[in-house]
Amino acid sequence: MSAALAEAPPETRVHYLNANYGIKSWLLTTDHKRIALLYLASITLMFFVGGAMAVMMRIHLIDPAGALVHPDTYNKLFTMHGVMMIFFFLIPSIPAVLGNFLVPIMVGAKDLAFPRINLLSWYIFIIGASLTLYAMVSGGVDTGWTFYTPYSTTYANSQVMATALGVFVSGFSSILTGLNFIVTIHKMRAPGLTWFRMPLFLWAIYATSIIQVLGTPVVAIAIFLIGLERLFHVGIFDPAVGGDPILFQHLFWFYSHPAVYIMILPGMGVISEIITCFSRKKIFGYHFVAFSSMAIAVISFLVWGHHMFVTGMSVYAALIFSVLSFLVAIPSAIKVFNWTATLYQGSISYEAPMLYALGFIGLFTMGGLTGLFLASLATDVHLNGTYFIVAHFHYIMVGGAVMAYLGGIHFWWPKISGRMFPDTWARLAAAIVFIGFNLTFFPQFMLGYLGMPRRYATYPAEFQVLNVMSSAGASILGLGYMIPLIYLFWSIRYGPVAPANPWRAKGLEWQTSSPPPTQNFEVPPVVTEEAYAYGPPGSGREGAHD
Amino acid sequence: MTESHSEAVAGAWSGGGSPYAMGHKKLGMWLFIVSDVMTFTALLMAYSYSRVANPDWPRHVFPIWPAIAFSTTMTVVLLASSLTMVMAVAAAHRGNRGATVKWLLATMAGGLIFCALHITEWFHLIEEGVRLFRNPWGSPLFGATFFGITGLHMTHVMCGVFYLGVIAFGFGTSRFSDEDVEVSGLYWHFVDLVWMFVFPMVYLMSVKY
Repeated sequence: MSAALAEAPPETRVHYLNANYGIKSWLLTTDHKRIALLYLASITLMFFVGGAMAVMMRIHLIDPAGALVHPDTYNKLFTMHGVMMIFFFLIPSIPAVLGNFLVPIMVGAKDLAFPRINLLSWYIFIIGASLTLYAMVSGGVDTGWTFYTPYSTTYANSQVMATALGVFVSGFSSILTGLNFIVTIHKMRAPGLTWFRMPLFLWAIYATSIIQVLGTPVVAIAIFLIGLERLFHVGIFDPAVGGDPILFQHLFWFYSHPAVYIMILPGMGVISEIITCFSRKKIFGYHFVAFSSMAIAVISFLVWGHHMFVTGMSVYAALIFSVLSFLVAIPSAIKVFNWTATLYQGSISYEAPMLYALGFIGLFTMGGLTGLFLASLATDVHLNGTYFIVAHFHYIMVGGAVMAYLGGIHFWWPKISGRMFPDTWARLAAAIVFIGFNLTFFPQFMLGYLGMPRRYATYPAEFQVLNVMSSAGASILGLGYMIPLIYLFWSIRYGPVAPANPWRAKGLEWQTSSPPPTQNFEVPPVVTEEAYAYGPPGSGREGAHD
Repeated sequence: MTESHSEAVAGAWSGGGSPYAMGHKKLGMWLFIVSDVMTFTALLMAYSYSRVANPDWPRHVFPIWPAIAFSTTMTVVLLASSLTMVMAVAAAHRGNRGATVKWLLATMAGGLIFCALHITEWFHLIEEGVRLFRNPWGSPLFGATFFGITGLHMTHVMCGVFYLGVIAFGFGTSRFSDEDVEVSGLYWHFVDLVWMFVFPMVYLMSVKY
């Protein structure tokens, strides 16, 4: 089936991209694949807006006295960089783009369980994003992405309300997307697709969705209370009337720590797909990888206190939170070990998605292990509030989540667009991103360890060398992100036509044509084998369907 | 994997509707409820924390008449409306459209009476000087948490009344199935259940005697 479809050029075949035309056919679509592309366009915009803020910050920090902007503007830059990147890029990135595109196809269904709610989620996201962009152009916000009280409620004279409202609104988009995925995975799997035959990407998305459904309402309430506090000064976070600013931190981190896993878990799912495909091997320890996703989802709700070790919380509570934070490292480590065990004796090839996946494993490991420094009570006192924190979470969020996102975009780009990207450019970009990333953020580990606080617009002259290195790295990283933007656009028109299964990969999405028809499959699929049923290496059966 | 093993696994856990034998909408509503539980949990936690942390929290403010009498009546009305909701779902499963619509209207009436009593009760407190940011008895946070929690709950009841109205109209005109009625029932019982936490935590723990 796939071979015959692969030979037909996409122009002569009706698929989801050319099924109908016009602005209405996109803005009123309920096709999960088109909604995925709507998200792709929106979050790419937000990524480059947030990226521009980062560029300005790194230019500013070339000079110890600050080279570019007023300190107040600097505060707004790091705040809006955080808000854009976390709430409007990372959280929706893999779930809303790749998840939207792939979940129905991977389960063998025509669409998500609630296609109209899916479109509604995108519109809610756009309202939230618009409010935040409005806050940006009408003066910006300077509270830090964490909105810590009492600064955000009492003292800040910036656009806290518009930004908070934007984040509040976009939360509903996240809840509805998660709800949609859970119902789809429960109810719409194709005949024969048992739970333990599902691709690990689906397990990861399932675990992520649980966090979205359970966690997001709490941050919504926390931000809602910030709004009440600013508008009416009800006092719940104001110690002058018996409120407690720390209460806000508890409510905020109860969501925002699990939110870290909303960002990284789907990335782990992507990596499981890529590693198996390009080492032509079954995943090592399928059940362990699947259940480690679920374990992360559960434990992630019990560790929020590690953001608050220096707030004066009870030593006993801190002790428990420290132990639990060490515990959450175990399922992550299981995944890393199982990926490396999958690589062992595989027939590995280094296509662009694989380069991103290997980069992910290394950088995520570093990000994860430095997290243990911060989970230890004593070292945290030294490192809290320094650039060490910044470096740590950028190793997870950029070195981990963004690498996985880019790897996933490259891996499934032939399926999404029906075109191949230029492989040499893609490999080059992956290498540039890896080098630029490390040059940007590794010096920040050292800066933090030496004691440079985060969020400061100026710094002592002795830190300049490391800061200049970091800024130089950021320019390389920026270039690395621009290259894929250009060649992926280029490939839509000029790229070679993609066959149905260019990577000879397993999984239902590779059994339909590229790009898929609107209903995803010409014939409803039946699943008869486990996930990643690549033959043993050297048997000649490593390839999937050829 | 041997053939018999894969068949065994493929039983309850294979593709399609398993392992939960329920429709999309019902599972979706359950997930929404789980999500909304977290909303109220966050608010009730914030309330409990503030109450415990403030020695001047007004702990004896609701007299038997009118506050406790009103809130008890409201509780009875809301519980009764859950009963009429059960009758509506049962009638819908039997396919009796007329009876379903009647029971749904009774449920909506219960919700409206609850809201009317609640707003009257709010006005009693406002007359006594309770505002969002101050009250005559102690910690000013009392008003914020009281109006915040009961206000959010009342919003849920209002939304429920509107939702049941849509369902009653749609089921009466054969556009919705009996499962849609059942799903709306899940929401209604959830709103009722939330009140079973709000009532003791907000009212009964602050009785004036």
